[in-house]
Formats: sequence, structure tokens, C-alpha cells
Amino acid sequence: MIYEAIWENLPYLAEGAAITVALAVTLLAIGVVVGTGLGLAQSYGHWALRIGATLVERLFRAIPAVVLLFLFYYGISSFYDISSFAAAALALGLRSAAYQSQIVRGAIASVPSGQMAAARAIGLTRRAAIVHVVLPQAMRQAIGPWTNEALSELKDTSLAYTIGVVELMRQADYIVSANYGHTLAVYSAAAAVYLVLSLAATWGLSRLDRRLRVPGFAH
Amino acid sequence: MTGSATQLMRVSHLTKRFGEHTVLDDVSLDVTAGEVKGIIGPSGAGKSTLIRCLNGLEPIDAGEIWLDDTELTARKADMDALRSRIGFVFQDFNLFTHLTVADNLMLGLRRVRGLKRAEAETIARRELDRVGLAEKWRAYPAELSGGQQQRVSIARALAMQPELMLFDEPTSALDPESVGSVLRVMRELVAEGMTMIIVSHEMAFIEAVADDVLFMAEGRVVEEGSARQIFHEAREQRTRGFIDGIAAALVGEADDPGQAR
Repeated sequence: MIYEAIWENLPYLAEGAAITVALAVTLLAIGVVVGTGLGLAQSYGHWALRIGATLVERLFRAIPAVVLLFLFYYGISSFYDISSFAAAALALGLRSAAYQSQIVRGAIASVPSGQMAAARAIGLTRRAAIVHVVLPQAMRQAIGPWTNEALSELKDTSLAYTIGVVELMRQADYIVSANYGHTLAVYSAAAAVYLVLSLAATWGLSRLDRRLRVPGFAH
Repeated sequence: MTGSATQLMRVSHLTKRFGEHTVLDDVSLDVTAGEVKGIIGPSGAGKSTLIRCLNGLEPIDAGEIWLDDTELTARKADMDALRSRIGFVFQDFNLFTHLTVADNLMLGLRRVRGLKRAEAETIARRELDRVGLAEKWRAYPAELSGGQQQRVSIARALAMQPELMLFDEPTSALDPESVGSVLRVMRELVAEGMTMIIVSHEMAFIEAVADDVLFMAEGRVVEEGSARQIFHEAREQRTRGFIDGIAAALVGEADDPGQAR
């Protein structure tokens, strides 16, 4: 029976979902760190740094995800024994960093210039003004667009299938081949798991957004 | 610093250009300790640009600015340290929107002066009390009226214990009923002997508190003198024209929100 096929294979789907979540979290973490760095470099860097950051950003936005996955996995494994999970986290993480740098840059630009002027006027250095005044405001502005990026990356983890990461999509595939059919039911179950993960992520991030909202301040 | 004749700030031959346009043309002025200097003039005269140059918020093209015996315009000047000695009040307040009133007042004390939280809090509470807003300690800027925000921003500047306070049209962005509360705070500062440079369209206020008034037009100082001289016995035709124009159309202030940048 269809339900039995799904019920019996639920542990495998759960295993796949766990890998999907782990991959999404890892790649987003890489994206936050590198993307914030790139965004800061583009907003405040010396001209050379700004051009460098922009080049990296354009490069990773221009190359299709699957091509990046192949480049990182097969490219790196030709001289270093990299796992497919690590290669996927790096490839998708750096691509996400390129997108996230634009979120950070836009959020920094949305902070009125008077905030920086006021911070400098009380004697803060430029760096201190960025850290204590501009970034805290910018990061709050960034949560909305960042939620979109996180959801889009969560779904794109399924592309890691192509280099052999046993995530949700590949587990679904295994189940289909082991059961000689029930194709539609199994893939629908996988889709349902993605839906649940997305809803959970949206819920969590909008809670964070509300928690960090500044009283009386209209977004 | 001794006596009232001590020179606190000296500006000589300051010139500032935006591209081809000269916004400040050979401006010189002296400020002695305890002096209140008013700067008046039509929109576009360069008043706001001048006052922003005085604490280095705007770079200058030529001239010198000295605070006490330190040159702000020197290549190796420690601008951050110098700025912390000069209080600046913006037209649109610029309170840090993500911080409570308390943290707005304490940020500079902690990050610039390196004070411990308890020490910073003592000073911040005293200054907030001075502007009459002690009960707003935990409020966020967006929860305050414009007049209250401006008073907090004055307290934020005062918390750094500045030697000199600069005011860039502090009441231009306020609704009429808030103007009085801000001017009252400024009047108290005058009474305490604070050295102040005030760019303002509040002519009655400038006339009442300023020891010395600069009338500027088109980036130049047209005339400088006592409040009495500028407002009643101006030598220059342009000054008289401006003062008479204001008197004739007091209402005119409403449609000049002071966008003199």
C-alpha cells in the first residue's frame, strides 16, 4: 500500500530531512559570515577592497548553482579528499554569501546618514560608529530580506543531490527505487517535508523579527 | 582656562567648496570661553555647512580651525578626541533609534570615555534630569515627541562634558509648541555660562541670548557685531534688509524649514 510504503520509510525521510537542515544551516552560516564581510567591504572599504568584494559577489551570482557544486566537489576532490556535504556547503554557502552581501549593503544604505554623523559627533571612531550604531540598525532591517534568502537556500539544498549528498531528495529517490513505484506518493511526501521545514523557518524568523523590533519605530 | 577673555575657538580664512560652488568663502570667527555666538542669514548662506565644519563633520578646502591650542585642521589631528570635546546638536536630532534614551546618553561615555556602566549612568541621569526628561530613561526615541527628542539629543551632547556646544538649527524641525521647551533648555545653558554657537532662525531668541551675532549671506560673513547692533543698528544694507524682511513676515519662518545645507 501507498501509506505503508511511506510509513515504513519515514525514518529514511527523517534522516534525509536532517541532512537537508544541517546543510541549510551550515551554508547559511558560511553565507552570513562571508556575506556580512563582503557587504561591509562594499559599503565602507578602501576602493581596492570594494572592487575585490564586488568581483567575488558578481562571480558567485553569475554561475549556476549546479555548476558551482560540480566545480567545488570534483575540482577540490582532485587534490583534496573533500566530502560531498562539505563541497555542497562551501559552494552553496559562498553563492549565498554573494546574495547576502547585497542584503547587508542595502540594509546599511537604509540607515540614515545622520546616524553616522551623530555617532562621530560624540567622538566615536568610524569603526565604533559602524559596530555600535549603523550595524545594529541595519541588521534589524535585513531580517525580512534574509528570511527570503534562507527559504530559497533551504530549497536549493536539493541541488546537492547532483553531487551525491544523501539529503531529503536523494532519500526520496532511494525509497522510490526500493519500492518499484509509488513515485508520486513518495515525492509528495518529500514535498510535504520541505513545506513543513519552510513554514517552521518562516515562523522562527518572524518571531525573531518581532523580538528585535524597536518600540515605537515604524519599519 | 581663566576668565572670560580666553579664546576657545579660532576660525581663520575658512573656505569650503562643493564642486565648483563655493559655499564658504574666507570665513573667520573667534569664540571666547563663555561666549554665545549666534549665526543668522537666509537659507543657502552656508550657516549649517559652517557649523558642521567646526567639528570636522565636513572637510574644508582652506583655512584653519583651532580649539584651544589644538588645530582641528592639522593633518595629524586626532579628530575623534577633538569631537568628543565639542557637543553638536542636529536639526533633526539624530538620536540612535535602536537604543533607549539611557543608552543614547551612555554610548559616548562608555565607548569614547571608557567609563564603567555605573559611572556613565550617574552622568547620564544627571544630564537627562537637566533637560527635564528623567522619566524617559527607558524610552526609545520613536516614543518621544520631536521636542523631547531634541532635548535628549542636547543631553547626549552635554553628557560628554563638552567645552563648546554647536547648535545647527535646533528648532527648525519642531512643531511650534515644542520649540519653547527646547529654547528653555538652551537658555539654561546660557545662564550656566556654556560656550555656544547657535545657527537659528529664531531671531527673538538669538537677540535675547547672543553676545555676538554673525550675519551670513552667500557663504560670507556680511556683518558681525553685538545682538543690539545687528538687529537694530546694522551697518550693512543686506543685514538690514534681512532683519526687516523677517520682521515684516514673521510667518515666513514656517515655509523656511532651514534647508541651508
